[in-house]
Amino acid sequence: MKIDMNKRDSVIRMTGINPRTCMKCGKCSATCPSFDEMEYHPHQFISLVEAGRVDELMASESLYNCLACMACLERCPRGVEPAKFVEAVRNLKLREHGGNHLAPEAIPEMLDADLPQQAIVSAFRKYSK
Amino acid sequence: MQIEKKPLIVAFCCNWCSYAGADLAGTNRLNYPANVKIIRVPCSCRVNPLFILKAFQRGADGVIICGCHPGDCHYTTGNYYARRRITLLFSMLSYLGIEKNRVRLEWVSAAEGAKFAATMQSFAEEIAELGECKRLEDLRCKK
Amino acid sequence: MQRIGVFVCHCGTNIAGTVDVKTVAEMLGKEPGVVFSTDYQYMCSEAGQTLIQDAIKEHNLGGVVICSCSPRMHEQTFRKACAKAGLNPYMVEVANIREQCSWIHKDVAEGTEKAVILGRAAIAKVHLNAPLTAGESPVVKRALVIGGGIAGMQTALDIADAGFEVDIVEKNATIGGKMAQIDKTFPTLDCSACILTPKMVDCAQHEKINIYAYSEVEDVKGFVGNFSVAIRKKARYVDETKCTGCGICTEKCPVKNIPNEFNMGMDNRRSIYIPFAQAVPKIATIDPNTCNKLKTGKCGVCSKVCGAGAIDYTQKDEIIRREYGAIVVATGFNMIDMTKFDEFGYAQSKDVITSLEFERLTNAAGPTGGTLLRPSDGKHPHTIVFVQCCGSRSTTENGKPYCSKICCMYTAKHAMLTREKYPDTDVYVFYIDVRTPGKNFDEFYRRAVEQYGVHYVKGMVGKVAPRADGTLHVQASDLLAGEQLHIDADLVVLAGAIEPDKSARGLATKLTASMDTNDFFTEAHPKLRPVESPTAGVFLSGVCQGPKDIPETVAQAGAAASKVIGLLVKDKLTCNPCVAQSDELLCNGCSGCEHVCPYGAITYETKEFMQFDRSMKPRRVASVNPAVCQGCGACTVTCPSGAMDLKGFSNRQIMAEVDAICK
Repeated sequence: MKIDMNKRDSVIRMTGINPRTCMKCGKCSATCPSFDEMEYHPHQFISLVEAGRVDELMASESLYNCLACMACLERCPRGVEPAKFVEAVRNLKLREHGGNHLAPEAIPEMLDADLPQQAIVSAFRKYSK
Repeated sequence: MQIEKKPLIVAFCCNWCSYAGADLAGTNRLNYPANVKIIRVPCSCRVNPLFILKAFQRGADGVIICGCHPGDCHYTTGNYYARRRITLLFSMLSYLGIEKNRVRLEWVSAAEGAKFAATMQSFAEEIAELGECKRLEDLRCKK
Repeated sequence: MQRIGVFVCHCGTNIAGTVDVKTVAEMLGKEPGVVFSTDYQYMCSEAGQTLIQDAIKEHNLGGVVICSCSPRMHEQTFRKACAKAGLNPYMVEVANIREQCSWIHKDVAEGTEKAVILGRAAIAKVHLNAPLTAGESPVVKRALVIGGGIAGMQTALDIADAGFEVDIVEKNATIGGKMAQIDKTFPTLDCSACILTPKMVDCAQHEKINIYAYSEVEDVKGFVGNFSVAIRKKARYVDETKCTGCGICTEKCPVKNIPNEFNMGMDNRRSIYIPFAQAVPKIATIDPNTCNKLKTGKCGVCSKVCGAGAIDYTQKDEIIRREYGAIVVATGFNMIDMTKFDEFGYAQSKDVITSLEFERLTNAAGPTGGTLLRPSDGKHPHTIVFVQCCGSRSTTENGKPYCSKICCMYTAKHAMLTREKYPDTDVYVFYIDVRTPGKNFDEFYRRAVEQYGVHYVKGMVGKVAPRADGTLHVQASDLLAGEQLHIDADLVVLAGAIEPDKSARGLATKLTASMDTNDFFTEAHPKLRPVESPTAGVFLSGVCQGPKDIPETVAQAGAAASKVIGLLVKDKLTCNPCVAQSDELLCNGCSGCEHVCPYGAITYETKEFMQFDRSMKPRRVASVNPAVCQGCGACTVTCPSGAMDLKGFSNRQIMAEVDAICK
């Protein structure tokens, strides 16, 4: 279990949100539509970032399973906005050399006709940084 | 060598919290420098920033205002007014060329005798380090 | 210049141990204006006081400085002693040379020097002291209680039992408040109506209590002991003196589809209605917004069926002005609007209800006669989900940042009662924290879990979605198991946050009582004066001050009553003479002082002033009501023209002290 306070601080700087405002009610994870796909659930993102365990999150597929639907952000009673934390950790990963999960050029090939428009938009939001 | 003069400190204490805190410091025999002289005011909001400037004019080297903790004011909101006024005074002081550290606003409750003594001790030390305040001193006031 | 006497106390060795009292007396004796200076073993003793009194007479002293212990200790003693000798008590100043000198310093030279300086400061102040007389104001021996819920009723009963007249102003057609709507009370599970309705009857029958139901406070003037309150008695269109409360009109009225507020809109009432069977006063009221006769002039059924001839369509609002010595605020609470929370689906499904609606559903006098049935189809629900903290502890704009305090317990009560009455139901309670501080509270909650088999799940409900088959899909997290739960529920009960009644904000302005950011009334001191508002003569009872359960509300109501009684037994109130005073000649009418005054003691009036050419010209000037002013001095610093000053702590007095210290 690696604790990296520098990474924690960068995530907090990127989100602009103090993870300590979280009261651990779990409403984010209750709302999350891809809960079952995610190894780390939205509320765990907050707790792990707060504890400085950002590396575990960066290594997890959960970063890409998040749909960026922003339901957790919308529902959070304390304004913690977990989606922003997922996004920030993902950015941290992207900024590492060779850390990009997908190249934007690779996306059109993966599209099929059944894919909802919203998913394509969020895919671009997520991968085309 | 100049003879070292002890700096003079005026403390405005609100009647309900800080003055009682000062009494408690006394009751517990907690020592703090004798050059701190306390003036009792009903509330920290009674302290006009002009009193502070005048104190400097009359030769005080440091002024400390003590009030109830935010939210505990006997008059509900007095210490909030004091806080705003002193904040404004700080910018005025730097304009006048007086070190900001010569004025301090502290919250001391009636139960915090130890805090009162410690605050006065640290403030007196700080003022001693800054030395005499000549900037505003008006010799005409000294007679 | 005053003729001043200085009295230095040894306090045994408490002062004399580290301060050379003889030198202090001698040094202060040389100060300008000091005509007499002495020291004595114990100034506060009988002999010491006599010494002071003799000196006042002998030397014709105009001011007295006592160098002794803290003024918080003996200032009153010395003031009284001097008053007996004919000196104005406010011509006495105490220099604190014990707590702030002898006790904290060990070196005699240092202590003596400081004592002299402190003495000088006191002398400088006394020179500028002016004789002050404490004003007196009479006390009207009647109290007003605003709000007729359990808090207001209990306060009124306690005050009335002490022999004082009390008026209750209640905005609804009946007193009783929220407690009348509740089915059972935790943790004893006794029936709410059974303990409340006798109190309502007591209020109605008490010879000292006068109930103004269906009335509101219009405006408040005056100050502690002398409030003058205008009460708007809204038109009921029913003559109170004639109506017998038989209820025939409420059965015959043709307008049948008005949502019944008492049952949270889950059934209907008529346009003319009596809120519930045990209403006090039991008088019918016509709802002017829905009555055909009042709207179109065509109907008049109620008037025809009324045997007592009580219906009066021409009735008008009536304004009553009454005098009171004290005002108790007991305006209570409401549940916040749950329709703003889309995720809980309150607006989408009839089967998502609030806890208060659940109370009515389980109450024998409720819309279902006490059988728990789904509002949508009237079927018995088999899976019930309770959601706690709906809007409480939420910093978002729809929620409330505080804990509503009562929800944990009433949810445990609902869950327990449901399981007891309908053992075939599955009951889930989603919680963030279970907060059960209180006598027998945690035991109660644990009993719900252990004996009644309620499923308590740590986590929050994220989404409630109505399905086509009428069930509710509840998506929630179980944080301890690390899972997301999907429950098919028949009924979802939301424990919504409670907020102060909407009328409280306007009332606070009328009373100049302060409120916090959540519109709860603030107390004079959070620990030591919890039932008094910072505004003198205004007291707080019940949830208007902060979330409370019934036992706490009743306790606070009693406390507020005892404070009111303590005020009303006095024939006259002595005012603090150290109050602000405005110099009308300097006042420029800016209203700055009026805005900072936490008590509303400053008002502006227009007065005529003579100009240089001897003509008279009107000008707006501040005037301070000495009975209301508490003497904090906030206005004195705010005043840009220096017109406002504080008696006893005037600008010149404080400056004189600064001068004396800095000399």
